Amino acid sequence: MVWKRKELSDFDKNRFPSTSSSLPWRVPFLAEILSTLPSIESLQNALSELRERILANVVMAGEIPSPTGEETALARYVEDRFREANLDRIGGDEVGNIAGILPGEKGDRQILVAAHLDKIWPVNDEHTVAVGVRKMTGRGLADNSLGVAILASLPMILEATGIKLNADLVLVGTSQSFGRGDLRGMRFFLAHCPEKPEAAVCLEGIQLGRLSYQSLGMSRVEVIFSRKHQGELQGAATLGVTPFLAALIRQIEAIADRERDHLTLLLGSVEAGASYSEPPRTGSLRFEVRGVDRDRIAAVEAELVSYIRSLEQSREVSATIESIATREVGSLEEKHPLVVASKKAMQALGIETRLEPSISELSALLDAGVPAVTLGLGRGENRHTPEESIFLEEITDGIVQLLLVLQEADLETKGVER
Amino acid sequence: MSDVDTSIADWLDTNTYHHGQFWDLKQLLEAKAKSGRTISLCIPTLNEEKTIGKEIILLKSELMDRYPLIDEIAVVDSGSTDRTLEVAASYGADVYLSAEILPEMGFRPGKGENLWKAIYQLKGDIICNVDADIKNIHPRFVYGLVAPLLYRPEIQYVKAFYDRPLAFSEGVRPSGGGRVTEILVRPLFSIFFPELTALIQPLSGEYAVRRETLERLPFPIGYGVETSHLIDLFQMEGLAAFGQTDLDMRVHRNQSTTSLGKMAFGILQSFLNRLEKHEIGKGLEEGSHLYRQFQAEGSHYDQIVTRIEEEERPPMITVPAYRDRHG
Repeated sequence: MVWKRKELSDFDKNRFPSTSSSLPWRVPFLAEILSTLPSIESLQNALSELRERILANVVMAGEIPSPTGEETALARYVEDRFREANLDRIGGDEVGNIAGILPGEKGDRQILVAAHLDKIWPVNDEHTVAVGVRKMTGRGLADNSLGVAILASLPMILEATGIKLNADLVLVGTSQSFGRGDLRGMRFFLAHCPEKPEAAVCLEGIQLGRLSYQSLGMSRVEVIFSRKHQGELQGAATLGVTPFLAALIRQIEAIADRERDHLTLLLGSVEAGASYSEPPRTGSLRFEVRGVDRDRIAAVEAELVSYIRSLEQSREVSATIESIATREVGSLEEKHPLVVASKKAMQALGIETRLEPSISELSALLDAGVPAVTLGLGRGENRHTPEESIFLEEITDGIVQLLLVLQEADLETKGVER
Repeated sequence: MSDVDTSIADWLDTNTYHHGQFWDLKQLLEAKAKSGRTISLCIPTLNEEKTIGKEIILLKSELMDRYPLIDEIAVVDSGSTDRTLEVAASYGADVYLSAEILPEMGFRPGKGENLWKAIYQLKGDIICNVDADIKNIHPRFVYGLVAPLLYRPEIQYVKAFYDRPLAFSEGVRPSGGGRVTEILVRPLFSIFFPELTALIQPLSGEYAVRRETLERLPFPIGYGVETSHLIDLFQMEGLAAFGQTDLDMRVHRNQSTTSLGKMAFGILQSFLNRLEKHEIGKGLEEGSHLYRQFQAEGSHYDQIVTRIEEEERPPMITVPAYRDRHG
């Protein structure tokens, strides 16, 4: 067995900050409560007993295809695990989420744990997982089968580690995260859940050490150029729509250069034509603008739209411009207890924290006013390739990290002024 | 329709299962407790590092940790040169080198050898053999085979089949039992052991057997082990000792025609040994011109019996008219 066990100093003594925090909602006798929590080593030992069961969940979640908008089969799998764990109020919804509640000792507050169910791979792609000694390989394992598997395993993990939370734990597998999905699952859940969670943790497969508590502003746009002239193309027209695509690319490049200290412009795809001799009559281009300044993003977007409209002046081409997805800028304070707890948990486990602004579910949560962080659960490589892999040793630390953060979030007491 | 064998038809109705009939593992655990039997899972290996890890993780998680149906998982290896043993051991399987079991009996490389040594090494009253190269491994590959033995004391040997031979407009879909089965074993069985044709996939490497049956069977060490078992147990106990379970699809690596040729050669050797041992085949008997295939209609299986008579013409030189014409 190569399940990782770390030699650690006395964790309880130096794990989390003492009561000196200026934040008002920290209870004064935190250190005492902390001293009653299980040590890292005992958590790691308890998890080693569950090793094959957790890895089996990763394999099974990994082998179920789950492209954006077609997450039913994976949701069904998560639902089965929720039912076996006897969660309360298990159910799906019309956008494809699956949720269940693990009741807390007091149950007066709710903490949300979420993992997105969708993967970037189409149903018919090979989804077989290969398991080696130290790693597993297969499409979507890192993004986000590992996250989904830990979500599905969490009730079993809490039981085996003897952790009882006061708050209700709301577990949600969310649908339609990627691309045109535009976080539909999480947005729908937040819009319709009867009680707003007090805190949330989003689970991503990799990388361990990732901590996101800031959501970037983002705007994704798709432009489609169409040649107006329907007859035979002659002269310069034999290039079809490509000069317009090229002009737009140059414009994006120029703006990217000008804005490089403030924003990131990404050109995600350019598509036109299908052969050698037939000029493309239509062509599409997709770009994304992201950054921490929403107004600046809007200004750049407006500038590009206006440029595209100017290209239409030639009367040779028409353009449709579609906004595919947007994210608002949002952030927790650096001193927010969830952020502090996450950093301390990583520190205790010897994991180097890497702050990573996010455009994923975190963004919808912060938008809705729910304090949230996104954590990476393991280490991996070749993300978004058929050889996507996750390393097995670090998964224990990823889970222990999650348990520490959940316990910390659970220590918040209701009624204390925020 | 008199060519349809009624004993085969009856057996297909009573002893052919679908794994879906056994989905209730809690009920199965109760049956196991009542029977007092223990169950060992045996995985024979030779260089299977790519698939063995997943197989052990899934089967251990689902059938030992969550639902304790099997009591041990053992890998019996013929001498892998890759990391098969390391992978298997790292996920909690008991790992044995075939050469180190019963060393006084020597070691011969072959899957049959591993299965034979496993009877000595493993503890269970029921031994379930599952090949290591299954890409879409699922707990059904074990519980689907073990369940008939727990529910039906008279059944001794349960064989897996996959890819049901469905009826198509042009006849039976040819993939029913794999190439070697359809081209070699089914024709041989049709001639010599017509009842055994009812086993839709006689060569499948997945089967569960009672110890008291396994310990009485001789073991060819190579490709012929499955065919020989079927013939020997059939000669001892008849068709009623067998069951078979539809496990749906099995995904594995495809073998080249040349390796299938080697497999067919080994099977044919074992088969001819059986004929000699059981003193069968001194001449073709009545009914041996009936070729038996099967097709599924829902959960019912129909026999497709084709009369194929290979009539012979004499050498032309013996025909007087020929001799008159060509001198």
